[in-house]
Amino acid sequence: MVSLRLDLSLPLRAFDVALALDVGAETFALVGPSGAGKTSVLRAVAGLARPAQGTIACGDATWFDAGLRINLRPEQRSVGYVFQEYALFPHLTVEQNVAFGGEAGRLDRLLWRLGIEELAKTKPSELSGGERQRVALARALARGPSVLLLDEPMSALDPHTRGNVRAELHDLLRELALPTLLVTHDFEDAAALADRVGVLVDGRLRQVGTPADLLGSPADPFVARLAGANVLTGVAAPAPNGLTAVLLDAGPTIYAADPSSGRTEVVVYPWDVSLAREPPDDSALNHVRDEIVSLTPLGNRARVRLRLLTAEITTASLERLQLAAGEPVVASFKATQARLLPRG
Amino acid sequence: MRAAFAALCAVATAVALAFLVLPVAAIFFRVPPGDLLGALGHDVTRDALVVSLKTSAIAHAAVLLVGTPAAYVLGRKRFRGRGVILTLVELPLVLPPAVAGIGLFAAFGRMGLLGGELDAFGIQIPFTQAAVVLAVAFVESPFYLRGAIAAFEAVDGSLLDAARTLGAAPGRVFARIALPLAAGGLAAASALALARGLGEFGATIIFAGSLQGVTQTLPLAIYAQFEQDFDTALAISALFIIVGALLLVALKLYPWFRFVSISRSRFAPST
Repeated sequence: MVSLRLDLSLPLRAFDVALALDVGAETFALVGPSGAGKTSVLRAVAGLARPAQGTIACGDATWFDAGLRINLRPEQRSVGYVFQEYALFPHLTVEQNVAFGGEAGRLDRLLWRLGIEELAKTKPSELSGGERQRVALARALARGPSVLLLDEPMSALDPHTRGNVRAELHDLLRELALPTLLVTHDFEDAAALADRVGVLVDGRLRQVGTPADLLGSPADPFVARLAGANVLTGVAAPAPNGLTAVLLDAGPTIYAADPSSGRTEVVVYPWDVSLAREPPDDSALNHVRDEIVSLTPLGNRARVRLRLLTAEITTASLERLQLAAGEPVVASFKATQARLLPRG
Repeated sequence: MRAAFAALCAVATAVALAFLVLPVAAIFFRVPPGDLLGALGHDVTRDALVVSLKTSAIAHAAVLLVGTPAAYVLGRKRFRGRGVILTLVELPLVLPPAVAGIGLFAAFGRMGLLGGELDAFGIQIPFTQAAVVLAVAFVESPFYLRGAIAAFEAVDGSLLDAARTLGAAPGRVFARIALPLAAGGLAAASALALARGLGEFGATIIFAGSLQGVTQTLPLAIYAQFEQDFDTALAISALFIIVGALLLVALKLYPWFRFVSISRSRFAPST
């Protein structure tokens, strides 16, 4: 089984990117804020940037070895690179774009597999975002690469096509079963597409794990926020029944099931928070009285920003409760849904 | 106050326009179209036309052949001293052509820098057609290089990177991606340089002289006829105006000439 192994150090303007990764036949997502060095990692793998130190190997082939002075040129490395904004050749048709690096025999099958046969004679400027992405994927796959590199493949898409394209891309990546390195700033994209996720901040990997690992036990507040969580600060003290009481800096006290004491950070995911007009008589231990700051619809869900935290509820619930900005509301979540971060 | 300023602007524009158009229009008032064709039949005119076309064609081909790869390197690669090189490339633009003529003498003349070496091979350049070619190439090449560098700079670098990752060696990246994408800018730069080369006067008259049928190009013929046969000088001038006007119209009409067109300039010069 071919795998991509890298262990490199790459100097950038403000900092060095230094990381070691072993990517098997899986999709590995590098997630992080812009400027974290994510794209530089892809460029190094493709041979477009030269690391100062380290090695890059694909299966038995060494692509880069600083010690042995091996540095294969980009055209000698077997990569399929989907660039941010796709970098389709504007003067060539879809067919010519895909055929640029590929074998003629593969062309028809690829166009068919990606559903772009009818677009064969079209120029990139006439394509929609989703179509461009498919052309870019077809072009990257035309050489039969050993490794697939995807740089923000979803960022050029408008929100309502995003969901479908994500599902299609997910299926394609599973079918290809190539070592795939995906770069994105969006944890949702990473969670939907990747088997494993690495959080890259200032050139260093903060945490590596499955999307569920990262959601379930984020290593630090940064990772938690990246994954979309509310991060609340407060002081923890043991409470009856093996619970921990946290007196939040913002005022209220909440209960968590994780043990902790002293200053702590509480992670609560928006989708674990439910809203009501009055404190409900349910099993949730935490009922926080708050006020709605803003409402943002997101397809069939809505983000409801309160003073203390953000909740995500269905638009159906939103309509039933008839919530509006400025109104009082009660936010509820279970003690087990309030995760306490380990002291760093 | 506002009305006064608006009036001032209107007057200034009108004066500038009249000043620029008047000499051009005057040439056509002085030359009836019939005489124009007649004057072009004169020996002097025909000889000059042949010399001009021949030397310009050779000089322009050389400028394109050498200048295009050079502009690709200067437009795409970042290296120490690039700024200095770009300034050197543009220096001839601000020099009087007479200085270019003297410089060519100092380099290729008998007593010049390379004079001894050229002499050893029995090569004499000054006052030959080769001298005209050198003078024209020297004066027009900065025009081409400037535009061509800007055209290559404007090509999206990720397209060139993408071509590399698709297995194209640098030569293929240049031929299949960079060259076609820069083609509009290159064509515009080429047209401007060609026009500048055809109009070249100062460097040629110093370095190559003005010998009818050998080194006398059209602009030199205008100067020579100015005292002998003013109508022929006018006719040649009219020819230049027509060619120049056609060139400018072409530059404005084709959107891919945007690199050098004044009114649509989207890219900063390369310096």
